[in-house]
Amino acid sequence: MTTSRRALTLYVPLSLATILLLFPFYWMLITSLKTNRELIDLSGLPFWVFQPTLEHYRFLFSETGFLRWALNTLTISIAATAISLVCSIFAGYALARMRFRGASAIAGAIFVTYLVPQTLLFLPLLELVRQLGLGNSLWSMILTYPTILIPFATWLLMGYFRRIPRELEESASIDGASRLRAMTQIVLPLALPGILSAGIFAFTLSWNEFIYALVFTTSTDIKTIPVGVVTELVKGDVYFWGSLMAGALLGSVPVALIYSFFVENYVGGLTAGAVKG
Amino acid sequence: MRAEARERPVATRQFPSIGELLDREGVLAYVLLAPGVLILAAFIGYPFLSSLWLSVTDQSVSTSSARFIGLENFTDELRSQIFLQTVRNSFVYTTVTVAIKLVLGIALAVLMNQSFRLKNLARAALLLPYIVPTALSAIAWLWLFDATFSVVNWAIVRSGLADRGINWLGEAGWAMTAIIIANVWRGTPFFAITILAGLQTVERELLDAAAVDGAGAWQRFWQITLPLVRPVLLIVLLFSIIMTISDFQLVYVLTRGGPTNSTHLFGTLAYDVAVRAGQLSEGAAISLYMFPVLILCVVALQVYLRRSQT
Repeated sequence: MTTSRRALTLYVPLSLATILLLFPFYWMLITSLKTNRELIDLSGLPFWVFQPTLEHYRFLFSETGFLRWALNTLTISIAATAISLVCSIFAGYALARMRFRGASAIAGAIFVTYLVPQTLLFLPLLELVRQLGLGNSLWSMILTYPTILIPFATWLLMGYFRRIPRELEESASIDGASRLRAMTQIVLPLALPGILSAGIFAFTLSWNEFIYALVFTTSTDIKTIPVGVVTELVKGDVYFWGSLMAGALLGSVPVALIYSFFVENYVGGLTAGAVKG
Repeated sequence: MRAEARERPVATRQFPSIGELLDREGVLAYVLLAPGVLILAAFIGYPFLSSLWLSVTDQSVSTSSARFIGLENFTDELRSQIFLQTVRNSFVYTTVTVAIKLVLGIALAVLMNQSFRLKNLARAALLLPYIVPTALSAIAWLWLFDATFSVVNWAIVRSGLADRGINWLGEAGWAMTAIIIANVWRGTPFFAITILAGLQTVERELLDAAAVDGAGAWQRFWQITLPLVRPVLLIVLLFSIIMTISDFQLVYVLTRGGPTNSTHLFGTLAYDVAVRAGQLSEGAAISLYMFPVLILCVVALQVYLRRSQT
């Protein structure tokens, strides 16, 4: 009785949800392994591959710029994350641990920038990027992605810094350490989990960014994976479905891997804002 | 102690060294804030102001110098059928997806709040749709909704639900349904995981005590759990409204705003008008029409956060 009740209220709906949420990934994988003939064969069972092939992956690596896009995405993501982390650690520390004029106004302003969506700013940013001579370069993304990352990371880190007892720094300054030293040698190591969360978050957000990368870049060499796959694997009306799926899947693997290693940090970061308010 | 450290350099020397200056809280704080604030000012503050300016001019890629034309771009839009259609689309898309995501998110969070084997694995797997690049997962949906080869249609026809498959992305109503499905698929995990974190802060004892007093599971949920997680729900809701109304990727990949503009949102219409047709100022005005909604959400969040802090 209790077992069947539990099955009905837990396992059945949970399995259903899991299947629905994961099916598109399965579908990507299956499609990427099918031959073109099998892809358009409507008579057979579509949920399985009968003649698996790696042809679409070969095409992706040898006849498209996929590897280049992967390298670009990696470069941009690492650089933007590094810039954002440095800025956010500094800003988060100042806002959480120091008393100065305008602190709450600045904290509020940073929070507001977090809520400004990219679709509101991409046109003037495109103009700015062109004026700065950064159009169609990796720099256009390395310099603008931090605007998406810094507000979030700063807020996340402020929370972590606040939880570290003040006495630790105060005793360090009694021992003659400067404020900056106390920060880098005592507070930062203790805030490492938060820095890790912020870093993972920043990296995935950079990796996934689409609209800035779409409007700032025109040549194949500069594209990121999301933009390259979406714009270059469709020629007019011809969709290279197998390669599209292969590219979509491979482009998702790095973030999925990082995420799976650091689920706790990621979820902690994702929910920190909402739960701690 | 801190006050003493601040005074000392001034007292002993007239010109404090850089090291000593940096030991003063007032100075060091601004130095630490500078890099982040500068980046935000340069790439959010300035572009925002320049989009305000852009929207009151007649700038396009073909005009060499822009002329001030007041609110003409904004009033022109209100007479444009495509724009009015976009406003309707955005309203439908945002309200429907946010409502569904909220209900499904709560349901999924309640499920996940029970203890069962492989719970951590399940939680990790469920969040996948949210963490992978949306533009890429949208490609899977593009293929799932393909006019001829849609596996959804295959299932519909094979199971005898209909004789013919649905022209998902080719008919106005179905195209909106398709982007709503894809958005719900992507966003529900975010709702679920965040609400789950909220549920975990609800104390067991409280629910147990209510159970002892004879409250049923449904009653406990409505009268204890839900009020306690209301702050979380509110924040998730406001965030999601902002993210959904400003959505771009799903529509760009799945429909490009078509068929006949039936799925255009502010972002995709602005992109079409400004980047593809070159009407920069008109595009800026379209984007800015999102602003009042954003302001409302931001103010609501700020008011709420301030109230909960005191």
